[in-house]
Amino acid sequence: MMLKIEKNIENDHSVLSLIGEIDASNSVELDEVILEMVQGGVCNILVDCSMLEYISSAGLGVFMSYLEEFQEKQITLVIFGLKEKVFQVFNILGLDQLIKIRDTKQDALDEIL
Amino acid sequence: MNHKLKLYCDTTRLSDLRHFLGNVLEGTALTEVDQHQVILAVEEVCANLIIHSHECNPKECIDLTVKESDELMIFEIRDFGQGFNILEYQEPEISFVMKTKRKGGLGIILVKRIMDKIEFETKENVNTCRLYKILKSK
Repeated sequence: MMLKIEKNIENDHSVLSLIGEIDASNSVELDEVILEMVQGGVCNILVDCSMLEYISSAGLGVFMSYLEEFQEKQITLVIFGLKEKVFQVFNILGLDQLIKIRDTKQDALDEIL
Repeated sequence: MNHKLKLYCDTTRLSDLRHFLGNVLEGTALTEVDQHQVILAVEEVCANLIIHSHECNPKECIDLTVKESDELMIFEIRDFGQGFNILEYQEPEISFVMKTKRKGGLGIILVKRIMDKIEFETKENVNTCRLYKILKSK
């Protein structure tokens, strides 16, 4: 299994755990899960990337495509637990300036309090 | 030393490409983070060709040759048919990608920022894209 996505609803936020690798073959799965969360009226999305080994532009593009809608609907997105090699990919594109990225789950939770 | 891979035009084969590149890059002077980025850049070019030039037709293929020397790695990506000249492609601004909700365009930005030199040529229906990465000593 190349990508596993787990969704957990915890109090006032949803935690999306991305496990494995995201590329052009499976980024649509991430898109579908986020769309479902938005349509379900989610307010805060925490994305646990501690077990994410790889993300290509196809996966990054999914996050990018929702940023404006998140702003409009006041949905807070926080990504946490990125491995250094994966974080650097966000960094190359400057996405760390557009998306809240935190080290730990607690740091991410602090953002939505 | 040269390493070769025939990559069929199916996005589910991209994981095979990453595995191949991981083996080739292991033991080079590149750091783990640099290796990861080089794998990403090569994959972005191949994914682009698979999706846009070959419309995910698994009967078609792309040839990848990796030429390795002490100072340099050259990733030569060859395919037939409608070429995609990465050098002529005007990549969008990140803010434009965000505003238009388009999910493409980021890959080429990554390739241009990760690789040290990019060449593209078409000769007799064969398109060749060469990505150069300079190896810095540890």
